[in-house]
Amino acid sequence: MRVAIVPTGTANTASVSAAFRRLGADPTFATDAAAVRTAEHVVLPGVGSFGSAMTEIDRHGLRDALVERVEAGRPTLAVCVGMQLLATASEESPHVDGLSIIDQEVRRFPGTVLVPQLGWNRVTLAATESRFLIDGWAYFANSFRMLETPAGWRAAMTDHGGNFVAAVERGNVLACQFHPELSGSWGSAVLARWLGRAE
Amino acid sequence: MLANRVIPCLDIDAGRVVKGVRFSGLRDAGDPVESAATYEAQGADEIVLLDVSATPQGRANNLDVVSSVRDVLSIPLTVGGGIKGTDDVARLLEAGADKVGINTAAVERPELISEVSRRFGAQCTVVAVDAATRPGGWEVVVRSGKERTGLDVIEWCQKAAAIGAGELLVTSWDRDGTGEGYDLALISHVTAAVAVPVIASGGASGSPHMIQAFDAGASATLIASILHDGLTTVASLKTGLLAAGIGVRP
Repeated sequence: MRVAIVPTGTANTASVSAAFRRLGADPTFATDAAAVRTAEHVVLPGVGSFGSAMTEIDRHGLRDALVERVEAGRPTLAVCVGMQLLATASEESPHVDGLSIIDQEVRRFPGTVLVPQLGWNRVTLAATESRFLIDGWAYFANSFRMLETPAGWRAAMTDHGGNFVAAVERGNVLACQFHPELSGSWGSAVLARWLGRAE
Repeated sequence: MLANRVIPCLDIDAGRVVKGVRFSGLRDAGDPVESAATYEAQGADEIVLLDVSATPQGRANNLDVVSSVRDVLSIPLTVGGGIKGTDDVARLLEAGADKVGINTAAVERPELISEVSRRFGAQCTVVAVDAATRPGGWEVVVRSGKERTGLDVIEWCQKAAAIGAGELLVTSWDRDGTGEGYDLALISHVTAAVAVPVIASGGASGSPHMIQAFDAGASATLIASILHDGLTTVASLKTGLLAAGIGVRP
């Protein structure tokens, strides 16, 4: 099974590739819009800043193709900064336009907690049911996050200086603020469900 | 609530896990891939791989070990040893590291911390600090403890955090491998001085020592010898921590 990873430049894709290989998938890179449109599964990874990732997406001309597949609910996984890119903007990179699929700005954690949030935290479903997520412990490495559950999406929440959105899903789209590829067997199960595999 | 972390550390020399006392007298302690997979299965929250002979031998980190460990590991992997520039970091990340630990090169050229942090993010930038006691405080030592620098540990930690470190890995040279417990005064002084997570390292021989380190403000505790020698498991250490009311991922 092909999984196409969007190159966002500074993103570390080795861990996400290794996680999909362990699940028997074949990770490749989607470097043009056609690849993003035709791939069965697309991953929008995320390490690096909101601004640098959007610059790479625009440099490869992938913005419209990404928006189309997320709006159509086709299998797309956005991780960490990748999830934040679905928003309109981020406090991290002022004046940079996100993919604007979710009408919300991404904000920095308050100064009352350690920033970056580095480590394992509890993920709790806010929706009554979920296709991809269950309650559990996930690994986070982020300084910014979404605060509001977007309309039309099912969400899971986590507490770090107050509740924030740990993940959202709509159709076959899953966006995780945590790193499923680094969240042990719980995270592997999330990826397996997103791939459409039974656990 | 963010969980306190338990992190097994694999010191690597010539492709094998090794462990010594105060960074010397290294003895063989197993295969890195096997050890990493075992510790993940036991409930480890992350793995740290330190190529302990890279800087002393003036060479880069062993990428093959990193990618072999990455293949089996589904928890975060921090890799340190022999990092001199951002290109070294890029190679380690491509091989499968999630974070890098910079030590000697950061002391010699502190701008490296900012460069790594700007290019790869603070969450990826761990500054490893080896601390040796001296009258009235602690002094930074480098080159696997072979060289004293005259730098004050607390001041160095503050500077590292201010210029881009997202996390500090603070090892007590005096306690390393001794089983005498973490240097708690060191941990509480560092955690009081910085706003980034601090990993306590050096001297743990059981969960009571780890409880003390968390109480002193550590976000994570590094353990090595007691696991490699089969004296305990991560699961059993976490049971002890939970019983004492320390919040860890079960």
